[in-house]
Amino acid sequence: MTLTASPPPRPARWPLVRALLRQPVAVVTLAFLLLVVVASLFAPQIAPYTADAFDLPARLSGPTARHLLGTDELGRDMLSRLLYGGSKALLGIVEAVLTAVLVALPVGILAGYVGGRFDRAVSFVTDLVLAIPAIILVLVVLTVFPGNMHAAMIAFGLLVAPGFARIIRGVTLPLQEADFVSAARVAGVSEGRIMARHILPGVTRTAIVQASFVAANALLFAVALGFLGLTANPGEPEWGQIVAAAAHQISTQPWLLVPSGGLIALMALSLMLFGNALRDAAAEVGSAAGTGSGAAAVALPAPAVADVVRPVAPDALLSVRDLSVVFTGRGQDTLVVDRVGFDVRAGETVGLVGESGAGKSITALAVLRLLARGGRITSGQVFFEGQDVARLDDRAFDRLRGSALGLISQEPLASLDPAFSIGSQLGELVGLHDRVSGKANRERCLELLRQVQMRQPERVLQSYPHELSGGMAQRVAIAMALAGRPKLLIADEPTTALDVTVQKEILGLLRQLQRETGMAVLIVTHNLGVVADICDRVIVLYAGQVFEDAGVLNLFDRPLNPYTLGLIGANPAHAQPGQLLPVIPGRVPPPGSWPVSCRFAPRCAFAAPQCTAGPVPLLQPVSGHYSRCVRTDELFLNAAPGADHPLPLSPARPGHQEAS
Amino acid sequence: MLRILGHRLLLSVPLLIFVTALTFFLVSLTPGDPAVVILGQNRAPAEYQQLREQLGLLKPVPVQYAGWVSTLAHGSLGTSIFNGESVVTQLSARLGVTLSLVTLTALVSALIGVSLGIASALRQGALARSVDVLSLLGIILPNFWVALVLVAIFAVRLHWLPAVGYVNPSTSLSGWARSLVLPVVVLAAPAVGLIAQQTRNAMLDVLDRPFIRTLKAGGVSHRSLIYRHALRNAGVPVVTVIGLVFIALLGGTIIAENVFALPGLGGLAVDATGRHDLPVIQGIVLYFTVIVVVVNLLIDLLYAWLNPRIRVS
Repeated sequence: MTLTASPPPRPARWPLVRALLRQPVAVVTLAFLLLVVVASLFAPQIAPYTADAFDLPARLSGPTARHLLGTDELGRDMLSRLLYGGSKALLGIVEAVLTAVLVALPVGILAGYVGGRFDRAVSFVTDLVLAIPAIILVLVVLTVFPGNMHAAMIAFGLLVAPGFARIIRGVTLPLQEADFVSAARVAGVSEGRIMARHILPGVTRTAIVQASFVAANALLFAVALGFLGLTANPGEPEWGQIVAAAAHQISTQPWLLVPSGGLIALMALSLMLFGNALRDAAAEVGSAAGTGSGAAAVALPAPAVADVVRPVAPDALLSVRDLSVVFTGRGQDTLVVDRVGFDVRAGETVGLVGESGAGKSITALAVLRLLARGGRITSGQVFFEGQDVARLDDRAFDRLRGSALGLISQEPLASLDPAFSIGSQLGELVGLHDRVSGKANRERCLELLRQVQMRQPERVLQSYPHELSGGMAQRVAIAMALAGRPKLLIADEPTTALDVTVQKEILGLLRQLQRETGMAVLIVTHNLGVVADICDRVIVLYAGQVFEDAGVLNLFDRPLNPYTLGLIGANPAHAQPGQLLPVIPGRVPPPGSWPVSCRFAPRCAFAAPQCTAGPVPLLQPVSGHYSRCVRTDELFLNAAPGADHPLPLSPARPGHQEAS
Repeated sequence: MLRILGHRLLLSVPLLIFVTALTFFLVSLTPGDPAVVILGQNRAPAEYQQLREQLGLLKPVPVQYAGWVSTLAHGSLGTSIFNGESVVTQLSARLGVTLSLVTLTALVSALIGVSLGIASALRQGALARSVDVLSLLGIILPNFWVALVLVAIFAVRLHWLPAVGYVNPSTSLSGWARSLVLPVVVLAAPAVGLIAQQTRNAMLDVLDRPFIRTLKAGGVSHRSLIYRHALRNAGVPVVTVIGLVFIALLGGTIIAENVFALPGLGGLAVDATGRHDLPVIQGIVLYFTVIVVVVNLLIDLLYAWLNPRIRVS
């Protein structure tokens, strides 16, 4: 926990400029660009020679003290020629950028703000212009206006303007719906004024960034035209022509290519990098306004606590011990699952429950070795049928996937490959596990779809994921998980994304499949109703730790942990009409900011001084019933009459219809 | 499939009209008139009138455009002002060079770019950074300059490849290939960077999507996961960028054909611009536009193959 409070941020003036100046790249590129501009503008004063001063004895000399960048075939000083050529290149850039900005800003803002027919027309013209290489149309312009660089660069500006306008339009769209714009509109501010006063400042940063990219392209374009001799005459001190002249000396003095090409490349590089730095600075200013300085999350080195020793259960199908998961992001390791252990027996249904951020999905995915990028298991064992599968190499573990362990995940539609038909992806899994193809493969696919009670399975095989409803997609996902006849199905929030009626159907289906196949199910959920509905055993997770682990009846009837009690109390399924929904105050502390002592204590109604004294171990106060609370005994087991006894609050099991 | 093609062909009509009409409009802006530009100030009045007549400049612009379209319908694009040759004959003789350059470059850059993109998505680090550097270099280095540097190294210094010139494949197939190596490298280098970057981003996006996890959990092999599922789904943005790169390549041929003295459309375009040869320029613009239309058609077919949603609707 951070104890030092940072001073309240003072609103700085020119926040973008400040952010920009903090970036060394921006400072260096800006300095270089300014240097080139100044040197070009004052070339007659600065350059050591005039652009056309001959020094025949020193022709093609290469860099010397007299000619720092060497001389060309007539002994003309390279540095001086480049300095004199600068103003023409800069003028071309300015012409193109100004044209592009003057067209793109109003058109882009109007298209985004007004929308409708104007927007469609702009989009249509943009598509047309982007379809043709700009240089070809500029050649037409140069045929009409021979040798006219201004016409060429203005035409270039016009041709890049549509792409530029499209980006401005994209930035305008969200602004147009922003609160301050609606407020201005309600206040009767005219549309034109809204665009000028409210939208224009909002798109300025993007426009500057884009303008610097356009400038880099304009430079390269202008130089290319000069090189081709279309906007400059041979012998003219123009950057493109200087390269063209160097080309003639390619076998006698190849050095001449270096200063000319190098200067152009450095200019273009500076403009690009400056644009990038500007974009980063703008992003920094934008996010700083939103989140403040963002306290750095520090990984918590897990302090040793003597949890009750749970030997690996020999009869368990899955036995997880001391499983820890760390995520690495922004160069920092953050512990998200902290020495979690539990068992799943064959044919049993076990629930992993907790609020969002408890680490329950990550625990389940870690068992399957399917952690998202940046996540890794740092300690622990995962025994499957007595074998520690956490130690298997990837290839050996892959053989367990599908055939021993199956997964159904949270969003059914997103968990199917949109590019392949159901028959194709289900068939791939069937082919993998049953080694059948053709008709036999298809028969097995149909059998699987019938097993998940899919109507019209033949038609579904032909369908693509986007043609299915959420419920149908979840049935397909279950069928895919069943293809390898797994012994353990891990279901990660399998009903969360579905309608209530579909949720019931899917839960019923899972229950039935389990009866038919005898597989075990590990179900991850935040919904105690689901737990009560189908689980035999429940593991309650909080802030990466197991807080309680009990049979489902004991958990609901005789919970041994204040957090479980809070969860049961917060279940909307048994809320009283007319009363506020009971909630646990506060939030799950995010990984990286877990208290060293009891992680629930800051939110716990029964927190006492001993709760914050040190780490709390997981104990087994009752056989087969685990709880992590230093006050388990006094609160739940030997409660003194009249003390702050929690049990009267404890309601009956919610929503459980099947009396056992 | 046919419906998509028909739809796309219909959409290409406005593009063709837009580009050709724009060209005509630009031509009509010529200060004085094109005949003056061609003949210069010291012209004989009779010659001047005759050229104006010959160029059709006595009629209003829309009529000129209509006339151009109707001669186009007869397969003619007029004759070059410079040498009086038929524009169609002149362009068709050069089309093959440009097409082989562009097609070869597109294939090479797509192949290398996509492979680099996949590789750098799978193992990031140094490979990914070098893709970023290549892509930045491709943007900031003037391509004519890169071409000259390559000539200086590989032709002048090492004598491995010819500096300039074009060998007809019917004369010598290996000579043809050798004459195209440097132009293809110059044009492909920036394209490879862009395509690789886009492929990497698209692959990383797809690999984070839940269906990859589902398939992996189901036991699908790494190879099928990457090359069948992820690549297919990453295909749409990759094909889009390849289409954009192709258009940029067409522009790039104008530079490359000049530096390497290849007798293609791009080289002719620059010469015609210098000679104010309007009929030839108009013809080249039309040829390039038709190439773009054909490429867009191919890209649409690829989209439809990659994305079932487009195929069905």
